[in-house]
Amino acid sequence: MVAVANGDHDLWQRAWDAAAAVTDPEIPVLTIADLGVLREVTLRGDGRIDVAVTPTYSGCPAMNMIAVNVALALECAGFPDATVRTVLSPAWTTDWMSDAGRRKLRDYGIAPPQPASSRRALFGVEQVNCPQCGSGDTELLSEFGSTSCKALWRCKTCREPFDYFKCH
Amino acid sequence: MATPSITVAETPLVLYALRRADDALILGHRLSEWCGHAPMLEEDMALSNIALDLIGQARALYTYAAEVEGKNNDEDKLAYLRDVRQYRNLLLVERPNGDFAQTMVRQLFYSSFADPYWRGMMHSTDATLAAIAAKSEKESAYHLRHVSEWIIRLGDGTDESHARAQAAIDDLWAFTGEMFAVDDAERSMIASGVAVDPLTLKSPWMVTVSEVVREATLTLPETDWMQQGGRDGRHSEHLGHLLSELQHMQRSFPGASW
Repeated sequence: MVAVANGDHDLWQRAWDAAAAVTDPEIPVLTIADLGVLREVTLRGDGRIDVAVTPTYSGCPAMNMIAVNVALALECAGFPDATVRTVLSPAWTTDWMSDAGRRKLRDYGIAPPQPASSRRALFGVEQVNCPQCGSGDTELLSEFGSTSCKALWRCKTCREPFDYFKCH
Repeated sequence: MATPSITVAETPLVLYALRRADDALILGHRLSEWCGHAPMLEEDMALSNIALDLIGQARALYTYAAEVEGKNNDEDKLAYLRDVRQYRNLLLVERPNGDFAQTMVRQLFYSSFADPYWRGMMHSTDATLAAIAAKSEKESAYHLRHVSEWIIRLGDGTDESHARAQAAIDDLWAFTGEMFAVDDAERSMIASGVAVDPLTLKSPWMVTVSEVVREATLTLPETDWMQQGGRDGRHSEHLGHLLSELQHMQRSFPGASW
């Protein structure tokens, strides 16, 4: 996790914690820190906060909402007029998702992305375990799911359909 | 009173970003027209998701074009306030959706190009374009796989689906040459390492398309006469109709937001 602090560390930590607690509007169990979307929180000389976030998928509509919610969370934590900017490089990958984030996803019923988002993984030759019963006997139903980051799978053991967070 | 169009100072880099942004926006818009009309629910979601990826790519490219131009334009103005002759997209992407086979063949031709194109652009000397490419590359590869499976299913399906897929290939073939065309503005971008030379992508593109088409029991036309003009703003009659819908809100209610 990249974090740049200038000056007062406690103040910076408070700002980081406020921003890090913002959740993904489409997957509310994950925070933007879990996702690796939060890249940088900087305490500027004038006391204002500058936050850098990185988009997941190019067209992810949650990004606008995340930027608004980060500014709002900082406002509530006593940091008015925070700026939230988008950084494109380095490009986000599902490898940046924390282990805690992967666990939360699974508990929520979404199969987490496999580590090492290689081309092989992107093309679905990997095995996806059912987040409900843990069975590895699963099949792909649709490469595209309810949001751009997910595909739709089905467990052949417990027969439940489930979302899989695609490797990216 | 409708809002007048903006002007854009098209330096080579602005023009370069604008052309790719226009490709992505117009194709994304076309695919979004399927939302609620696709032959099955999963495909409805797939087409909408591909549209979303493309429109996302367009947003990043427009934002960059506006930043490089430095004239107070932004992604919204570039998308909503340029007239048809100012659009720089490939003629291929403005082709109407037609039937499902037409949409899929158009996507096959485009994605087979976009996949190696964005992979090559990851090594661009322009850091922003390289960053946009790193994301677009994965998305394009995913789109290509999806559409390839459909082409094979259609071509190697029923007599009806085969005939429609073949008709779509024959109709759209003449719009594929424009992807590989280079003018003076682009030549300077290639020379400075900002852009990939599209001619180097022609043979990988042909390999991908030929393999899918062969497996689909379809054939590629022999003709090599190609239609061009989109990159210079000379479009088919279809783009104006598309823009009238895409731009209607901002032209009628300038600055409207929610």
